Amino acid sequence: MKYNSVFDIIGPVMVGPSSSHTAGAARIGKAARNLFGKQPKWAKIHLYESFAKTYKGHGTDFALAAGLLGFETDDPQMSKALEIAKQNGLEIEFIEDSASAVNPNTARLIIGDDAEQLELVGISIGGGKVEITELNGFELRLSGNHPAILIMHNDRFGAIASVTKILAKYEINIGHMEVNRKDVGKEALMVIEVDQNVDDDILKELEEADHIIQISKIVS
Amino acid sequence: MFRTVAELVEIAEKENILISEVMIRQEMDVKEKTRDEVFEEMEKNLQVMERAIDDAMQGVQSVTGLTGGDAVLVQKYMKEKTPLSGHLMMDAVSKAMGTNEVNAAMGIICATPTAGSAGCVPGTLFAVKEQLNPTREQMIRYLFTAGAFGFVVANNAFISGAAGGCQAEVGSAGAMSAAAIVEMAGGTPQQSSEAFAITLKNMLGLVCDPVAGLVEVPCVKRNAAGSSLAIVSADLALAGVTSRIPCDEVIGAMYRIGQQMPTSLRETGEGGLADTPTGRLLKEKIFGMTM
Repeated sequence: MKYNSVFDIIGPVMVGPSSSHTAGAARIGKAARNLFGKQPKWAKIHLYESFAKTYKGHGTDFALAAGLLGFETDDPQMSKALEIAKQNGLEIEFIEDSASAVNPNTARLIIGDDAEQLELVGISIGGGKVEITELNGFELRLSGNHPAILIMHNDRFGAIASVTKILAKYEINIGHMEVNRKDVGKEALMVIEVDQNVDDDILKELEEADHIIQISKIVS
Repeated sequence: MFRTVAELVEIAEKENILISEVMIRQEMDVKEKTRDEVFEEMEKNLQVMERAIDDAMQGVQSVTGLTGGDAVLVQKYMKEKTPLSGHLMMDAVSKAMGTNEVNAAMGIICATPTAGSAGCVPGTLFAVKEQLNPTREQMIRYLFTAGAFGFVVANNAFISGAAGGCQAEVGSAGAMSAAAIVEMAGGTPQQSSEAFAITLKNMLGLVCDPVAGLVEVPCVKRNAAGSSLAIVSADLALAGVTSRIPCDEVIGAMYRIGQQMPTSLRETGEGGLADTPTGRLLKEKIFGMTM
C-alpha cells in the first residue's frame, strides 16, 4: 500500500499552496540532502510534466531549495528559500524538461560540491507523499515511510550476507529490501527499509564490512 | 489493515465501534504508538486548521491578488442577511474558502488530503460544530473518520489533481467530510459510506484546470462546492437515502475516469478554465508570458 498512515491523508502541516508541488517538492529536496549527507554547493534540477508546467506558481522551485537546505514542510521561511540558498552558497539551476515521465510530478536532482555529486529522481504522488525512484543510475522504490539504509557495494557473493549479519546482531528488523546492480560484478545498490532508526555506530560497522563502498541513511 | 470501504464498515459493525475508532486502532498498530500519542498528533493538525480559519477571517490576499477576502465577504453577508441556503451551509462554505485563501497566500495549513482541497474538511467541521456541539475528542475523531475514507481512496485510486483531476482532490475531500459529518451527527458506519459515495458520485469527471497553474482559480470556490455538497450528502444519508452504486465501485469509477483524463486537464494549467481568454490573459499578466 502506497499510504500507510492516517497522517498521510490528514497532513502534512505545510506552507501552501500545493501538497504535491510545494510540500512534496520540499521532501524530495530534503531526501536528496540527507542522502548527500551535507548541504550541496550546487544543484541542477530537471522538472518534468506538471512540475515543469506549473512550478513557478506553486513555489516548487523554492520548496526544492528549502528541502536542500534541510527545511521541513511547515517552515515559515519556505518562500524565501531561494534567497537563503544563495546566501548559504548554494547555486541552483532549474531546467524545464520536455521529456515525458511516468509520474506527472517528477524531478531529477543532480547535486554536488567540489568533491562529489549525487543524482536522484523523486516523484510526488499526492498529498505531500513522495517516492525516490532512482539514485545514481540505480532504479529503486523508496517510500520514506520507514528509516532506510542505502548501501553502495561491489556485486560479489557474501556482500549481502555481511550486511544482514550485522543487522541481525543488533536485532534490527528488515521491513523491505531490494538489490540492484548496473552489471554483473560491478557496482550495486542495496536498499534496506528498517523498522527503527539505525545508530551511526552500526553504520560505521556496516561500512567496514566486506565489499561495501559507501553507506547513507534516511531517517523517517 | 482495511483496504476497502466495505472492509472498513464491516470492521466497525462487527466490533461495534465507530469508523474513527477503526482508524485510530490501525494507526496505533502500524506506527506502534499509544492512543495518547496518536490523539496528540491529530490535535496538532486540528489546531493548525483552527488557526488557518482564524487567519482567513482577518482577511488574506494571495501574492497575485487573484484570491482572498471572499470568506470575509460571506461572513458579512451572513450577519446582514439570511442566506438562502442556510446559516450552517454558508458558514461551512466561508470557512472552507477561507482555509484555501490562506493556502493560496502561502500561509500554513493542514493538507486534507491535499493543500488544494484543504478547505472542505475543516470548513465543514467548524460549521457543523456550531450545531452539534461536539467535545474536543469528537472533533479529533472527525479527522480520523475523514482520514479513514481518504486512506482507502489514496491506496485504491489517487488524491492528487496531477494524477486524477480535481475529482481526486476536492471530490475526495468533500466525500471524506460527508462521511465524518455523518459519524459526528450520530449516523451509522454504513451511512458514512453512503454519504461518501453520494458526494464522490457528484464530483466524478471534475477536471483540474488551475488558471496560470496556481492553486487559486478555481480551487478556492471548488472547496465551497465540495463542502456544501458534503453537507447535503450527509443529510441525505442520515435521512436513509442510499447510493445505488456501492462506495468502493464509485472510487473505482473515479480512478478509471482519472486515468482517461488528458494531461491538459490534470494540473498542468493548459486546459479548461486555464485555457479561456481570461484565463490566458491572467497568466500573461502574472508571469509576463503567453501560453
